[in-house]
Amino acid sequence: MHSYPAWKIWLVFVALVLGLLLALPNVFGDAPALQLSRNDRTAVTDAGKQQVLATLQSQGLVAESAYLEGDRLVLRFHDVDAQLKARDVVQDESGREYLVALSHVPRTPGWMRALGLQPMSLGLDLRGGVYFLYEVDVKGAVTQLLSSMERDYRQLLRNERIPFTGVSSDGNDTVRIDLRSGEAATRVTTLLRKQDPNSTIDASTLGEGGSVTIRLSPAQIKQRQDFAIQQNITTLRNRVDELGVTEPIVARQGVDRIVVQLPGVQDPNEALRVLGATATLEFRLVDDQNDVALADRTKRAPLGSKLYYSREGQPVLLKREMIVSGEQLTDASSGFQEGEPAVMVTLDARGASQMLETTRQNLGRPMAVVFIEKKRVAEGQPCKGIRSGTECTEEEVINVATIRGVFGSNFQITGVMANEARELALLLRAGSLAAPLYIVEQRTIGPSLGQDNVQRGFKALIVGLIGMFIFLGVYYRKFGVVANLVLLSNMVLLVALMSLLQASLSLPGIAGIVLTVGMAADANVLIYERIREELRNGNSPHAAINAGFDKAFSAIADSNITTLIAGIVLFTFGTGPVRGFAVTLCLGILTSMFTALLCSRAYIHLIWGRRRKLASLPI
Amino acid sequence: MEFFKKKTRINFMGQRRRWYAVSAALVSASLVLLLVRGLNLGIDFTGGVVMEVSFPQAANLDKVRSSLAQKGYGDAVVQSFGTSRDVLVRLLPEEGKNVNAVSQDVLAAIKAYDGSAELRRTEVVGAQVGAELAEQGAMAALFAFLMIMGYVALRFQWKLGVGSIVAALHDPIIILGIFAATQMTFDLPALAAILAVVGYSLNDTVVVFDRIRERFILTRKGTPEEIVNLAINETLSRTLMTSVTTMIAVLSLLFIAGDMLRGFSVALTIGIIVGTYSSIYIASSIALDLKLTARDLLPVQKEKDTVDDMP
Repeated sequence: MHSYPAWKIWLVFVALVLGLLLALPNVFGDAPALQLSRNDRTAVTDAGKQQVLATLQSQGLVAESAYLEGDRLVLRFHDVDAQLKARDVVQDESGREYLVALSHVPRTPGWMRALGLQPMSLGLDLRGGVYFLYEVDVKGAVTQLLSSMERDYRQLLRNERIPFTGVSSDGNDTVRIDLRSGEAATRVTTLLRKQDPNSTIDASTLGEGGSVTIRLSPAQIKQRQDFAIQQNITTLRNRVDELGVTEPIVARQGVDRIVVQLPGVQDPNEALRVLGATATLEFRLVDDQNDVALADRTKRAPLGSKLYYSREGQPVLLKREMIVSGEQLTDASSGFQEGEPAVMVTLDARGASQMLETTRQNLGRPMAVVFIEKKRVAEGQPCKGIRSGTECTEEEVINVATIRGVFGSNFQITGVMANEARELALLLRAGSLAAPLYIVEQRTIGPSLGQDNVQRGFKALIVGLIGMFIFLGVYYRKFGVVANLVLLSNMVLLVALMSLLQASLSLPGIAGIVLTVGMAADANVLIYERIREELRNGNSPHAAINAGFDKAFSAIADSNITTLIAGIVLFTFGTGPVRGFAVTLCLGILTSMFTALLCSRAYIHLIWGRRRKLASLPI
Repeated sequence: MEFFKKKTRINFMGQRRRWYAVSAALVSASLVLLLVRGLNLGIDFTGGVVMEVSFPQAANLDKVRSSLAQKGYGDAVVQSFGTSRDVLVRLLPEEGKNVNAVSQDVLAAIKAYDGSAELRRTEVVGAQVGAELAEQGAMAALFAFLMIMGYVALRFQWKLGVGSIVAALHDPIIILGIFAATQMTFDLPALAAILAVVGYSLNDTVVVFDRIRERFILTRKGTPEEIVNLAINETLSRTLMTSVTTMIAVLSLLFIAGDMLRGFSVALTIGIIVGTYSSIYIASSIALDLKLTARDLLPVQKEKDTVDDMP
């Protein structure tokens, strides 16, 4: 009789039961869904859920399942058609309250979700979506700092009533103030040194006039750059959240790069527009004293006014003096105002008091909303507005309305289309970027390709497995069947580990699984070949089993370690899908060693080990 | 079932000169091909734009090309991908051009040819990122080699170590040579596959070496050549068996998993064949020609200890 410690059998048993449980969520597949989160960032309540369901029901739409997950409400639908209809309904009826995201969620039953069991998470190449790698223009961040310094100095000089001839920066690290006299320069220098002890501030005289140069220290520049990257990550996160993407990734990579992954997003250009654009609004009074047509013809605006154009191309003259600018906006959301799409805007206290003052004094006069968008355009691409390098600034009057009442912090803007209202509200809310961003890498996988990749990958896996099962069964007879059982156990444990770790599965990752299953067979082969040899050498079946496992051990360990090394190196250096391959390869090696050494032996023991008389082995 | 009913007694080591010649020819041909033709590097390494577009019916590649040429992209590589309805457009990066704008232009050109075309995949890699990915890939390969060499040096006697490392270099060079010869696109997954092959091929070699070590220690008679032959013969059915099971897996990837994994599966397929060959014919032969003897593999006797223990 062959002895094998009971605890090892129990260990195998427990591992397999746990493995099956953890792997189980993967068999249910997924379904189209909506994820609703509240615009005010509070958790969705049960009452809120009932209300949404009732709204859907009134439109004849039924969710397959609805549950709260974290702060969000998840609605699962039978098909994409129902999902899209439901999105429109929710957006129209409760768009002010909820942010709606399209997604796919697993069809796992409620009790599994309650236990925290999740299926493997699929990578972008299997799920479809976009990947962006941004490079932060750190030099641009410094330029922005310099220009804000320029503004501050001008303001300061005006406040101090010091006359100056110019304030300019060299774009690198220095701002220069030109003054009327050397004496003024000394005064400004003392003033600034008190204010900013970190920069190098020098005064110089040149003939009649004088000048002051303010140079940033390297530490200040570095700090500014780090701040810009951090700030950009925060802004990008906010914008990504606004896009309503499920499980997005926004992370810093290296010194000056930011990775953004948006699973499920199908139109990279729309995502890019939202992520990369900066939009702001300005509110100005209309200049109704002067002749617009004349200004349009001569392209010259009268003093104190500026010539703008509306969306439709109509010229509009607006006062140069701004009532409120975008920086004073604290919140914006989209909705409907008397059946027309509208953006609801909230101003901060200062903006509100300015608005109140202006509307009180100008009742019955027209006011305009100017939409300003800054975006990057390529060489040769059209820019309707003002172009500076690759930056294009477009200004449009989106709405001119008569001031009918006095208002302060809250009001609506109409004159935009429904989807524009959403995008505008989103851009206004998400804040602006601290430094320009450039895309250095972009990958988009369409949803149909993602589906194809999943199907092909799994088909390859199944065909490979069946091929191996047949081959091992024929070659090793009953022991081959045991080997197949071991390979199946290996698959279960590998899938369980992947689900537990929530490491994202990529197409090369599936290839890694296929490959490790092929290599897992190897460990069994090593053992069986040893057992056969021992039998040939005239050992008894029980002795042959023992010797086979013992002697094969060092070869199995050695041979797996070399592949494990390759896997770890790939994991360290690889990114994206290649990393996915490395993960499955490494985990697969670990599970295959466990199954070949422990599961295989336990199965063989349970089948043949307890027989007293064993004349031969079916190997 | 068994590959070999009886114990095989193939004289592998006797033929080693012939196989050295074969390997030397393959490796030098590969190196020449790599130098002369070079690898057809994917945009992962060169930077550029790749777009995969699916048309409702078979696409006329010439018309797609002329539509692209009208937009000023006459140098775009246009080829069918998998089926005649799927088309792959590839562009190298140009100085000073925004790659994202390029991808939008290309899409516009394709839509001009057929408005119902569906964009399946876009990959835009800046030249700088491409260069970095290439550098990272080279670093990964280098590190993998160094670490595996370190492991082999610790685990095996140096003569066996040299044998296994020569075999481990031999395999990827031949795979790269075949990529250079066929000009198949060499991308990141293909590089990953090559590193996996290095691991796999060593795995085979290690099993043979394990047996060589065991045989040298157990069998006191016979020349080193006979003992190495015996070890290889004893592990032969295992070596072939493993190649077959892994091959079944890899072939199903090659034929089913689709074109996105083409480079990966091809590299693995070649790698398994070459890896199996090198662990049988090359690795042990080199150890043998370095005059491997039983003495090299016996555990070192600690004579001093016994002396010290004397009262």
